[in-house]
Amino acid sequence: MLRLEKRPIPSRFWLYATPVVAVILTMIFGGLLFAAMGVNPFAVIKTIFWDPLFGEFAFYLRGQLLVKAGPLILIAIGLSLGFRAGIWNIGAEGQYIMGAIFGAAVGLAFYPTENRLIFPLMVIAGAFGGWVWAMIPAILKTRFNTNEILVSLMLVYVAQTILAKASTGFLKNPEGMGFPGSRNFSSFPAAANPELIAGSGLHWGGVTAVLVALAAWVLLSRHIIGFQIRLTGQAPRAARFAGVAPKRLVVLCMGLSGALAGLAGLFEVTGPAGQISIDFNVGYGFTAIIVAFLGRLNPIGIVLAGILMALTYVGGEMASTNLGLPSAAIQVFQGMLLFFLLAVDVFTNYRVRFGRVEVA
Amino acid sequence: MDIAGINLVTLIASLMVAAVPILLAAIGELVVEKSGVLNLGVEGMMIMGAIGGFMVAVATGSPLMGFIGGAIGGAVLSLFFAVLTLGFLANQVATGLALTMFGLGLSSLMGQGYNGVKPPPTGALFGPLGDIPVIGPILLGHDWMVYFSILIVAVVWWVLRYTRTGLIIRAVGESHDAAHALGYNVARIRLLCIMFGGAMAGLGGAYVSLVRVPQWVDGITAGAGWIALAIVVFASWKPWRVLLGAYLFGGITVLQLRLQAAGSSIPVEYLSMAPYLITILVLVIMSSGRSKAALNAPAALGQNFHASR
Amino acid sequence: MSSPSLCLELTGITKRFPGVLANDNVGFSVRPGEVHALLGENGAGKSTLVKMIYGLVRPDSGQMRFNGAAYTPARPSDARTAGVAMVFQHFSLFEALNVAENVALGMENPPPLRELAARIRAVSEEYGLPLDPARMVGDLSAGERQRVEIIRCLLQDPKLLIMDEPTSVLTPQEVEILFRTLRQLSAEGTAILYISHKLDEIRSLCDGATILRRGKVVATCVPKEKTSRELAEMMVGATLNPPERRPGEKGEVVLGVTDLSVASPIPFGTSLKEVTFTVARGEVLGIAGVAGNGQDELLLALSGELRVAPDKLRIKGHAAGDLGPNERRRTGLVAAPEDRYGHAAAPDMTLVENAFLTGAIRKGLTRHGFIDWAGAKAYAEQVIRDYDVRTPGSYVAARALSGGNLQKFLIGRELDQSPEIIVINQPTWGVDAAAAAAIRQAILNRAAEGAGVVVISQDLDELLEISDSFAVLNAGRLTKPRPVEGLTIDQIGLMMGGAHGMEVAHHGH
Repeated sequence: MLRLEKRPIPSRFWLYATPVVAVILTMIFGGLLFAAMGVNPFAVIKTIFWDPLFGEFAFYLRGQLLVKAGPLILIAIGLSLGFRAGIWNIGAEGQYIMGAIFGAAVGLAFYPTENRLIFPLMVIAGAFGGWVWAMIPAILKTRFNTNEILVSLMLVYVAQTILAKASTGFLKNPEGMGFPGSRNFSSFPAAANPELIAGSGLHWGGVTAVLVALAAWVLLSRHIIGFQIRLTGQAPRAARFAGVAPKRLVVLCMGLSGALAGLAGLFEVTGPAGQISIDFNVGYGFTAIIVAFLGRLNPIGIVLAGILMALTYVGGEMASTNLGLPSAAIQVFQGMLLFFLLAVDVFTNYRVRFGRVEVA
Repeated sequence: MDIAGINLVTLIASLMVAAVPILLAAIGELVVEKSGVLNLGVEGMMIMGAIGGFMVAVATGSPLMGFIGGAIGGAVLSLFFAVLTLGFLANQVATGLALTMFGLGLSSLMGQGYNGVKPPPTGALFGPLGDIPVIGPILLGHDWMVYFSILIVAVVWWVLRYTRTGLIIRAVGESHDAAHALGYNVARIRLLCIMFGGAMAGLGGAYVSLVRVPQWVDGITAGAGWIALAIVVFASWKPWRVLLGAYLFGGITVLQLRLQAAGSSIPVEYLSMAPYLITILVLVIMSSGRSKAALNAPAALGQNFHASR
Repeated sequence: MSSPSLCLELTGITKRFPGVLANDNVGFSVRPGEVHALLGENGAGKSTLVKMIYGLVRPDSGQMRFNGAAYTPARPSDARTAGVAMVFQHFSLFEALNVAENVALGMENPPPLRELAARIRAVSEEYGLPLDPARMVGDLSAGERQRVEIIRCLLQDPKLLIMDEPTSVLTPQEVEILFRTLRQLSAEGTAILYISHKLDEIRSLCDGATILRRGKVVATCVPKEKTSRELAEMMVGATLNPPERRPGEKGEVVLGVTDLSVASPIPFGTSLKEVTFTVARGEVLGIAGVAGNGQDELLLALSGELRVAPDKLRIKGHAAGDLGPNERRRTGLVAAPEDRYGHAAAPDMTLVENAFLTGAIRKGLTRHGFIDWAGAKAYAEQVIRDYDVRTPGSYVAARALSGGNLQKFLIGRELDQSPEIIVINQPTWGVDAAAAAAIRQAILNRAAEGAGVVVISQDLDELLEISDSFAVLNAGRLTKPRPVEGLTIDQIGLMMGGAHGMEVAHHGH
């Protein structure tokens, strides 16, 4: 029989090996799934993980990677701070939508004025929108002890309804001939978020993501707030003993993750998506949860995990067009990745022993 | 009996139907949480039940087989959760989320080609008795799952309260260390509870795709699993209050649909966000009266157990 | 070869855990009706041994015989079926369940709850242990909780009753009641395996004793024929020196608590009621009391984790009740909570991080919010050196250290911050004798240097050894502190409020 034995010190090796092993296991079992669906698993794996980086269309797809990775990283960094402290904001999708709506509304209010200050103002409004939406569960938690998981999630559904209302109502393009959706920002330069280098896929969202990752790394490793976040997650009573005010931390972590999700939404809607539409959001807020865990809640890890997850999106689309792989299969693939990650994670803190069962 | 153009009898009758999925899912989750496990994957297990039940029902032509298939679908997915949290000691919150994301993806993959297919109908249990005025539609006009879901609540209440099995489940959820010291197999008891929760969520999901809608669409459960989780908190882990919560929630859902249909002056968007906002409101009210309700939460909820020496 | 005149017989029992040889070729036997002591320090292997007898752990090698037959319990229910019952030190009661439900969970085939309640009443009267079957265990005192465990055992007519450190949670009067019950059981033919490190108790109660040290049997004796000192030396394997005291004169009052009443933030906790005391420079105030009488709450209120009205608590004359933990540290107050794993320390963090945890303020380890990790590392290593903490280095996780070593580190972490007021809850709980002596000496040294010290402890001997004044916390109320000199054990017993709930009507909180 196998049994687990707690390690005296967490294993450094497994800390870094876990994501790699999880990816390999996902490739194997995902491959089996693809094979069962009658698709050549090797072709699929190559299409997803190799072609976007080094294949025939890599010059274009590499840019797409950055486009997808940017928001994932931005949101995941914010979430990881809260997750480390045991604060579970899982409504990033809603904060992302609200950031986009707030930011877009501010920009569109100035249409068609051309001024350099409009975009920065929209960025602030976007962050604010996400922050406000995250403050609802944060304040309900600190004031009434309400479960933030359920509240933040419920607010995703509410945000989606508001988005529907925005694209068919208060933000609808008056010159759109009755079609739902706002004005397109590509025809409003002062409010647009174009590629910074043509063809690179890099826009302000990607730049911000990198800066935020660096800042988060410094915060967690060098700053007392980062220490308090880690401490609260590992030993809440010790945190109180060390003078951490748990409620302030909830407000801080929720607020930060909300603001970052809002930023991601704003950059997306003004850049790659181009306009507020009923389905401009594609679930980045949820996928970012996987990214956060896959990156071991570590800022640098999250950057890598974000790029990996972007690969599954971009490569998945390729596999869908070229090999006829249903897009849902990619979702299963991503879910599997998180499963394997959580399972393999046990080896960081436990050692497996072969022997008799200790306890009946 | 009409209020604002809405017939009260049909409202009650239809809320009982609308409540079945969340009632089943919530009563299952209640047992899971009573044993000290927080499974946030209810939404994923429900939708696996929805597609599993739909496929079996279409294949066999029997709604009963469909419901059994749905329960199995949910239970199988819950097994993933059990293996990860009990075997690999993975974080319960993260694993629950993973379960939901995986379930949503897998159901959508399995459901390809089922769009537009009609499942076999589930008829009313007492046939013509449902035509008796007032009590007919409310008490006698339903399909068997409506009665079955109430029966499940009664059984769960009785087991938890009066049987040794129930006592052991509560003990494990209260302190797994103490239960272990007395020689109870914490992991096995939790495994069984998790699978029961999965089966109930699956059953609830199957009811959505076989009766409520009835057809297959991606993401058909639309957050019902999350609402079921909220109802367990609302009920402060008491079975009969789960029934109350589910019926209240079913009532709100039905009411807002009827108001939309009746052409109410309240914009459709506000009506359709109402169930979620009301859920938040209820959560706030329940959690702010912290004394009693909070004490009723199982003390070991969400903590993993590892027997050290 | 077996003799039916033995109730339990162990030969050659060995059990290895990773890194530890918990039991090494252990053998001893217990006759029916004998009260047999298993004596040893923390970590000597007593608990592992009884867990094997109770079926929670399986030996790697060796034989057990019970009533003449081979005995290999695979799980506790096998042990219970055979007639072995056990009263645990911790971890076997469910606070949110009532007494009858708790009893039922520990029985193989419990009768229906109503019938069980009647039997609980009957047995509790027979043995003089009053208990209401319908009460929630969370609301019971520690002594009453132990009664639940004992009655759970008695209802199964055990042939062997194992008691793991039963008196650590009892008042002196409650200990007397327990001993009466145990003698009655032994007269009825029940064998009792009594685990303890309290020598006087063992000498007064037990017929035979097996002494364990580092997993090995070092001696077997009749305890009544030995002095406590002889027993202690067999147990520890060395002669121990009591701590030195330099009687310093008391200075001005540094900590004053007046009329402090505060609700407990802990579920099933005890609220503090009108607690009043002062501590002067150079003084050690010892606060005794049975666990669960408000000790944790008092520590929280003194450390600043639980805030109170400003003027209820004065530090060096200034109102300080509303200050948080770090603000109090700035004024010179340091605190050491009882629970090492999760309260005083973050178990998964390194010793450097744990040194920073409370040292940040007084050791100046942050600049504009940025952490001086080099400084924190230096501080951790200073504590490790000063307090002889055995560890491979400052980078290891706190949980990798043994209980005694971690406690030395945590106490040292507070004492090395040149504190003026020190508050410690259970300074030597679960710590071996040598480390305990070192910790007590360190506390006394700080007092001699002019710090005011509050020590909360359940170990009366410890308090009498190091305190200048003595008070008892009982149901959240503190008795008036009295000088230790001249106190008798009877007076202390009276201060501790006698036995809880012995009059049926007395069910206050």
